[in-house]
Amino acid sequence: MNHTALELLELGAIFFGLGLLGRLANRIGLSPIPLYLLGGLAFGQGGLVPLGDIGDFTALASEVGVVLLLLLLGLEYSATELITGLRRSWSAGLLDIVLNAAPGVAVALILGWGPVGAVVMAGVTYISSSGIVAKVLADLGRIGNRETPVVLSILVFEDLVMALYLPILTAILAGVSFFGGLSAVGISLAVITVVLVVALRYGRFVSAVVDSPDREVFLLKVLGAALLVAGFASAMQVSAAVGAFLLGIAISGSTAENATKLLEPLRDLFAAVFFVVFGLNTDPRSIPPVLGFAIGLAVVTTLTKVGTGWWAARRQGIGKLGRARAGAALVARGEFSIVIAGLAVSYAAVPAELAALSTAYVLIMAVLGPIVARYVEPVARRLVRTPAAPAT
Amino acid sequence: MNVEVTPLPGIGVRKDFAIRAGRRIGVVTHRDGKIELIVSKTDDPDAALASLPLTMEEASALANLLGAPQLVAQLTEEHRDMPGIHTRQLPINAGCPFDGRTLGDTALRTRTGVSVVAVMRAGQVHASPTPDFTLTAGDLLVTVGTSEGLENAVKILKRG
Repeated sequence: MNHTALELLELGAIFFGLGLLGRLANRIGLSPIPLYLLGGLAFGQGGLVPLGDIGDFTALASEVGVVLLLLLLGLEYSATELITGLRRSWSAGLLDIVLNAAPGVAVALILGWGPVGAVVMAGVTYISSSGIVAKVLADLGRIGNRETPVVLSILVFEDLVMALYLPILTAILAGVSFFGGLSAVGISLAVITVVLVVALRYGRFVSAVVDSPDREVFLLKVLGAALLVAGFASAMQVSAAVGAFLLGIAISGSTAENATKLLEPLRDLFAAVFFVVFGLNTDPRSIPPVLGFAIGLAVVTTLTKVGTGWWAARRQGIGKLGRARAGAALVARGEFSIVIAGLAVSYAAVPAELAALSTAYVLIMAVLGPIVARYVEPVARRLVRTPAAPAT
Repeated sequence: MNVEVTPLPGIGVRKDFAIRAGRRIGVVTHRDGKIELIVSKTDDPDAALASLPLTMEEASALANLLGAPQLVAQLTEEHRDMPGIHTRQLPINAGCPFDGRTLGDTALRTRTGVSVVAVMRAGQVHASPTPDFTLTAGDLLVTVGTSEGLENAVKILKRG
């Protein structure tokens, strides 16, 4: 068998296998992310069947996956929504950072991963999966609920925090000096401000550059623009993903809607590759030693997210059941935790156990999140009705 | 009526208000134009008891159903002092011979003496439509006339 044939076979087997896993996930009402990770763990180093010949392709494809994940996240929100979200939820957003980054930092320090590991784990435990949360809200028919805007504005805030956090992380991982890090933060703050202003004032011009009535031309232009911006951002040490995110924000209106429709299948494809590659690079044998920490983190950060949502919803005058629902909706962690861990692993600045811990943590949280969101209502109802419950 | 407008980042806009019975009722308009009708629960006003996805046609049919009786009631009230004059809503059904034709083509006034005072379409009132107003399926004609004239008008709209 020649080389190309083998590569095609391997790639085909991966995609087909992912398709089967995705179908299984749909059946049992699960996010496919944990299954993709498991799929990746099963193959690759230390797994059942090592794959090797398509490393070059999958490595680049998984980078494209990250760019597309963030580009579509940016497309989801308009600049106006980001600014109103920021204004409405900054206090809840700050509480969210403190409560949910702290457990990650604590575990990283306990395990002796140093400040770099702590910064990475802070991001991993902090950021909710907006993909899973949005799907859960829609599946459970909670879009029309009064606490839903609270949940959404916290997600918006988190995504803006990502735009600041990723460049800082990139700088730290690259091992630049304190001032180098500051300049990376400065550059990214300046770029974010410029992008928001441009998107607010001249969004239609950015849209006009990439827009085209022809689907094929439009697809190529959007994808090309995203990769170009991501490349430039990466060259400036601002992280490729953030560049794509900001481009997504700058594209607005109907162009953004059409771009989302067109890019969604591509994102699903490349993001799936990204999750698998992350799983492939994690040795499944390294997971059992950190499993206890992953479970502990899962318990603690579930409680802290519920607390964040509860507090934010109470500030908006939402009732107790609604507060519980808001908190539970935020529990799921997923794609962005893996994006952060993946970035850290690619710089080899953190120990291999960090990838194992992140994988185990996301596996738990991506499964647990939708379950908590679904069953919080009957549980909270029982607790609220019980007369013994303290009146808060 | 105090309609609360709440942006839902990444999804669309929610517009709702509290009704006298205590619940909230409203719509969520998704970015892609999808419309959902939401009704809150009684015991938990933050939660939606139902969120029903509606197509464009369904939403406008519902809007007509809710809007037309109000207009008719108002007209009936105005014509109360004139015995023998009635107000009725006549629908343009799918398959009606005048679907896609103008109001003038029906020649209702000439043939039955009935006046079309308004057309309800997608919850909007088009008052005093001119003869070149084009009718489409789903429209409701708000008409004023004698009972006999109105009976005839129903037949004309059905058979042409």
